Amino acid sequence: MRTGVKTAPVIDISVDRLAKSYGDGPPVLADLSFKVRQGEAVALVGANGTGKSTLLRCLMGLTLPSAGSLAVLGIDPAFAGRRELRALRAQTGLVSQKHNLVPRLSVLTNVIHGILGQRGGPTVWSQTFATDAIRMRAMAALGKVGLADLADRRADRLSGGQSQRVAIARALMAGPRFLIADEPCASLDPSAEEDVMDLFFRLVREEGVTVVFTSHNISHALKYGDRVLGLARGRLQLDAAAIDLGTADLRGLYD
Amino acid sequence: MTDLPARLERPSALAFVVYALAIALLVWSFDGAGWSAEKLLRAPPALADFWSRAWPPSTQNLPRLGWKMVETLQIALAGAALGAVLAVPVAILAARGLIAGRVVNTLVRTVLGFLRAVPDIAWALVFVVAVGLGPFAGMLAIMVDTLGFCGRFFADDMEAVDKGPAEALTATGAGKIDVVACATIPGAMPSFISTSLYAVEKAVRSSTILGLVGAGGIGIELKVGFDLFDYPTALTVILMIAVVVIGVEQLGVWARNRIIGEQR
Repeated sequence: MRTGVKTAPVIDISVDRLAKSYGDGPPVLADLSFKVRQGEAVALVGANGTGKSTLLRCLMGLTLPSAGSLAVLGIDPAFAGRRELRALRAQTGLVSQKHNLVPRLSVLTNVIHGILGQRGGPTVWSQTFATDAIRMRAMAALGKVGLADLADRRADRLSGGQSQRVAIARALMAGPRFLIADEPCASLDPSAEEDVMDLFFRLVREEGVTVVFTSHNISHALKYGDRVLGLARGRLQLDAAAIDLGTADLRGLYD
Repeated sequence: MTDLPARLERPSALAFVVYALAIALLVWSFDGAGWSAEKLLRAPPALADFWSRAWPPSTQNLPRLGWKMVETLQIALAGAALGAVLAVPVAILAARGLIAGRVVNTLVRTVLGFLRAVPDIAWALVFVVAVGLGPFAGMLAIMVDTLGFCGRFFADDMEAVDKGPAEALTATGAGKIDVVACATIPGAMPSFISTSLYAVEKAVRSSTILGLVGAGGIGIELKVGFDLFDYPTALTVILMIAVVVIGVEQLGVWARNRIIGEQR
């Protein structure tokens, strides 16, 4: 149960009339406006091709919007300089459907890579060269996802569920203020999916991290999100507290 | 009953001209290469004569030839290793979308193309002039040849690697060099090793003839054997080269299979 906010809420993400198109094609995102409060978990739902992933890429500064503005932790990724963008990304974590671990490296090295945004260089390229403090921090992150005993296993020898847990540990390693989760469990079997989602949201709520996540699973959006944003054809069709919604309210977005 | 389509498509006028030009080009090339049926017919008796004078291969100089073969392998291994190591930073600059912009990518790829375009025997001649006769000139020639070969293929390997892990690290604010070191290079490592093993095979083949221009290795023994009409020794050298090159190739195939098997 989350506590109510007594003072004016801090806004972590502010999106104002955002639009995105590729070339002369139809807009992928159009006239999108919303705000996300600090510590809030927002579920982004909608059918395939409605612009969810494009919106996430805009929030990370990996894609530039065509019009409108956005501010993530007070910085507009579209106008940020390289240093500012790196500073923003150092406070941001990404957990994606593909897990995106480096296959031939150890689990521990993959987790240590989570702090590359805060400190780069050869001492964090591999656990072999990392300081004891960094190794212990990475082991603590692995401990939180229950995989400390697999620290020296190669990442490509993990199951799908284990792999996603390592990706979560890597994302949490830097102590991010904002996390993006793009279909985090889409590639997992149903039992692993529930375990990983429970673990992920328990950890992010413990740490007070702001989360924007996408999911095709309507029940996940309602269970784990504080708020649900529904996209259809690149436009915001729904913005409501999860507690006020039922599955029938979201099904219309997929018609 | 429906008509069957024609087995051969009737060529267009343009295609006909292209075929005719290709045939003319081939005829011109054979002419330039001194094609002579008469000489070809005279060759088997000459070859049989060489064979009768060369067989059996000489075993008299086996220890000396053995050491020369060891030196050949040393030239190949040292040159290929140095070339492959130097190729990594050069390939990072040559690969599109990693660190450098398009102008640098194109410039570096052009230089690598030049290194590959000049044959290794020509590099050996250049280095004999630069550092003098001996295996060091051969090693430098192999190094430059390997740099041109590995630099290009390492760059292609890094461009083809799965972008997901690199994007995940970029999203955490990692710098470009960190992303290349932590995601791109480990992702391309199996291809790097496979390419390097092929470079070693290529270097062993090349290093066996560098001795012809005084750049060390067993090639000089081949030249001396033919110059002194000591065909049994020349045959021994040819057989030693064949055995070593085939052995190294087989070792390379085995190692590559192990590595690619390891990848999955």
